This record gives sequence, structure tokens and C-alpha cells, in this order.
Amino acid sequence: MTITSDSIHADKSSLGWAVSDVLTIARRNMLAIIRIPTALVFTILQPIMFVLLFRYVFGSGAIATDIPGGYVNYLLPGIIVQTTIFGAVGTAIGLAEDLQRGLIERFRALPMARMAVLAGRTVSDLGRNVLVLIIISLVGFAVGFRPHGGVVDYLFACLITLLFAYCLSWGFAYIGLAAPNSEAAQAMTFPLIFPLTFVSGIFVRVSSMPGWLQGFATYQPVSEVTKAVRYLMDGSKAIPTHGNSIWVAIIWSVGLIAILGPLATAKYKKVA
Amino acid sequence: MSDFAVEANDIVRTFNDGDVQALKGVSLHVRRGEVFGLLGPNGSGKTTMVRILSTILSPTSGTATVDGFDVVKHPDKVRRRIGLAGQYATVDENLTGFENLRMIGSLNHLQKSFVLIRAKELLKEFGLTDAAHRNVKTYSGGMRRRLDLAAALVARPPILFLDEPTSGLDPQSRQDLWTIIEGLVEGGTTVLLTTQYLEEADRLCKQLVVLDKGTIIAQGTSQELKTRLGATVLSLSFHTTGDAARGIELIRDVSTKPANVEGTVVELTVEGGPASAAEALRRLDAADIALSGLTLREPSLDDVFLSLTGHKTEDELAPSDSETKSTRKARAG
Repeated sequence: MTITSDSIHADKSSLGWAVSDVLTIARRNMLAIIRIPTALVFTILQPIMFVLLFRYVFGSGAIATDIPGGYVNYLLPGIIVQTTIFGAVGTAIGLAEDLQRGLIERFRALPMARMAVLAGRTVSDLGRNVLVLIIISLVGFAVGFRPHGGVVDYLFACLITLLFAYCLSWGFAYIGLAAPNSEAAQAMTFPLIFPLTFVSGIFVRVSSMPGWLQGFATYQPVSEVTKAVRYLMDGSKAIPTHGNSIWVAIIWSVGLIAILGPLATAKYKKVA
Repeated sequence: MSDFAVEANDIVRTFNDGDVQALKGVSLHVRRGEVFGLLGPNGSGKTTMVRILSTILSPTSGTATVDGFDVVKHPDKVRRRIGLAGQYATVDENLTGFENLRMIGSLNHLQKSFVLIRAKELLKEFGLTDAAHRNVKTYSGGMRRRLDLAAALVARPPILFLDEPTSGLDPQSRQDLWTIIEGLVEGGTTVLLTTQYLEEADRLCKQLVVLDKGTIIAQGTSQELKTRLGATVLSLSFHTTGDAARGIELIRDVSTKPANVEGTVVELTVEGGPASAAEALRRLDAADIALSGLTLREPSLDDVFLSLTGHKTEDELAPSDSETKSTRKARAG
């Protein structure tokens, strides 16, 4: 054990190591999603349930829409945005758990890039969201969703969703780091994600809401992102002003990460 | 290069803006290749010290070097030379034993081919080969600790920090870990460990420091400390407190240390073992004082503390709680 350890270390630039560390942490988080049953339910089963619930229970007449092609074409772009936001709860829970269990302490005593824990977490979220988008798209097609925007527009819409979700997950990372434990982390995210997803244009038209809610529901970022995704995926290109939502969604995403990124990073430095 | 693997000078660490002083000026000198023990109850500052030496926490004041590198100025150099295991270092429950070691190896920036060989070698060495591809969730407490230790050893660090490596383990698992640690030391690894168990310190450590409330209250070899303590504890239970009071006058000089009286129980540290017990019994019998019980046992950490500080470790529970809380608060920010 006295031999010098230099012979066993691999050679890479510090940036190369930082990328390697981020991917190592991300891979470890992805494995956890597959292995923890509750995480798997959250990731895959829950979005499918939402599609079925809104497609067949609420969408069969209870929620009136005049979208050509029916409610399913209105719903699916919204569900895609909603599931990625719900998924971000996992970011908060996962980080709180790592902190609680002392795993982050062990990481701190390793010669790894310090930011890899946060960056790895957000990258694995991105990976999970890609998986979720594929599943939701397939389930969507199975229940009658027929996008009219073409493949390129569809993929562009997915990219906008992923970008927004990625930026948002830094905010959820902050919550996970601020929470005393994983249960609290989960509880702390609900007052955020419910208004953001349900008081939005995801499931129903904002114009159907009471006047005092419409202001928030129209201009909050989730509605803007949903508008952009819907514009690209379905026939609502009939409303030309919605095209601006693409830019608004991108600006929201960049603005959010500019604020939430440094906030989460500062919190991480403080607690870990 | 310095003779010392670990050197700490006057380390102070406070929490909650100075409200809680976890360490009040602790200095340590750990020689290369030795096992150095930090002995103390919960809340004495042992873990805080290990967290500072392993670069997890920075000291409020004071300096420390590990393998010659300053823990604050060159944390990355320190991290390449240390392994950390114990109550604060954990393994990932959702990964298998093998995956844990591979992850730690990769985060240690080791060559992939080396990590694969090293992981297999460690799993074999620690009796985890059969469980290598099982999720850690299914591991017993002893298996987790062994994997935790294996993870700390992936990069072959010359210096190892073990924070209460055997607390909460059953006797057999504890023995297994002790054997492993002894093997590492034979191989030349320097070990700094914290423990609440005198038996553990006695078995493993050449040099010992006893911490109480963030201060060193005694240091030396295990033998020196034991000599200061008296080898064994004679505990006598009387039927009444009156008997106990009379009895203690008769047998006081069997021990060279002051006796500890709690209700009807009198405890003496004795050097003569059974002979001292027999002497005490003879005197009590001559005075017609009957006993309800008698035990002769090895000194515990409580006895060390009683002997060194005049108070038992239970007294520490309150400050220990406040330290834990403040640590949590500090971590939760």
C-alpha cells in the first residue's frame, strides 16, 4: 500500500475530468431511477396515467374544446410540458437524499470536480426527460394524438420542452439542497408545481378560467412554453401570435437558469 | 518531507456564528505508518476533526497538513492521498457493491482498467465477491461497512481516515473489521480513526488522544493511558446506601484512585484485579457488611472519562445534541 498512487491515475485535462465526473454522477442517478420502484412510477407510470386520465375521463366531454382533431391534440403538447415539470420533483428528492445519507460528504473528500454533483443531477434529469418524452409521444399516438407540424417541428418542440425543464431543474436542485430531508423536499415542491402546471394552458384554455386567474395563467412561463410546443405540434398555427411563444419560452428558460443556476450553486457550496 | 502523515496545529472550529465551539484548539501529530486514535464520546469533536482533515469542512482557525499538504490551500492534493470511511462516508444503496467501487474509482480519476482489477481484488479481500452484483440495499450492516472501507481504499491512499468504523456493529463484524484494519497497517497505511470504544482503541491504536468537549484531555500510548487509569474496575453493590457509605471507608485504599459512588453501587479502579477484589471482600466480611452483587470488568470509556475529568460521558449528551443540531443547521444553511 505504500506504492505511489501516481501510476494508477489516468491522464486527462481538468475540463476532461469535470465532464467525466458529471457523466459518472449522471449515470449513477439514471441507475437509481431504474432501480427504485417509486422513482420508476414517478417517471414512467405517472405521465401515462395523466395522459389516460385527461384523454378519457376529463377529455371525453367534461372539458370542452373546439380544437380541430379534438381534445387529444390539445392535451398532448401540454402533457409533454407537464410531465417534465413533475419529473423535476425527482431532482429535489434525489439531492436531499444524497445530502441526508452523507453521500455528498464522501464526494467532497474525493478529488472530483466539485460541481459535478449538481451538474450530474441536472444532466440525468435531462436524460430522464428524453425517456419520458419518447414514452409520452408513443402513448399519445396510441390514444389518437396526431401532430400536424411535421417531424422537424415536433423535435423542435421537444427541444424547447427539454431546455425549459433543464433550466427549471436548477430551481428544484435548490429546493433539494435547502430541505432538511427528502420528504420535506417533496412537500416543498408541490405548492410550486401545482399552480405552475394546473393554472396554465396545459389542460384547459386560459379563457375558461375566472378573470382574476387569467393574468397569471396567461403570462406564467409554463403557459408560454406550452403555447410554443402546441404551436409547433398541432393545428393552432391558425393563431399566428402564438409563434412568438417560441422566443418567449427560450427567453424564459435562459432567464431562469441565469437566476436559478447561481442560486443552486451558492446553496450547494454552503451546505455541502 | 515531514515525518508526520497528519499534522494539525491549534484547530478551532465553531458553528452557528461562534455559538457552538466544536473544537477549541486541537493539535495532532500522526506518524507515518501508525494507527492513531481519537477517543471520545459523542459531541467531543472527533468527527469535526476528521471532516476538517479530509477537507470536507474548513477550520475556523488553525492549520492542518496531510501528507505535507495544507488542507485549506491544497484540498485537491490532500484528496488524492486520503481515503475516508465511517459514519459520514456512505455507499450508494441503489448501486451494487461493484458499481459503488467503480464509481468511486472513476471519481478518483483512476485508470479504468486499474479500477476494474482493484474493485474485484477489494471485493474478494473483504469477503464480498458473492454479493458483488447485488444492490447494496440488500447488504447487512457489517457488509456495508466493509464495502464502505473498500471504497475508501480503491485509490490505494497512503492515509486513511476512519470515523467510528465499527459503531453499531455486532461483535463478529467488529472483529472482522479490526483484522482488515490491522492488515492495512501492516501494508504501511497510516490510519487515523475515531472511536467511542476503549477496547477498539486499545486493540488498534499505538497513539491515542482523548477528546472531551473539543479539547484534548489526555494523550499517550494506550498502555500509558491504561496505567493512569488502573487496569480493572471493581463494582460492588450494597443492600443500603448506609452499607455503601460504611463499606467505602473500609476499602478505599484498595485503589489509588478516588471511588465513584452512585446510590448503593461503589466503583473502584484496581490494579490487582481478582486479588484486590478478594481483599475488599475480606474487609467487608470482617465488618459484617453483605453485598448484593460484585463485578470485575475492563475499564470502559466511561471509566476513562470519570478518571480524567471527574464526570461520566452521559454528562456530554446535552452538548453533543446541540452540536449535532447545529451541524445539521449549518449544513442545511
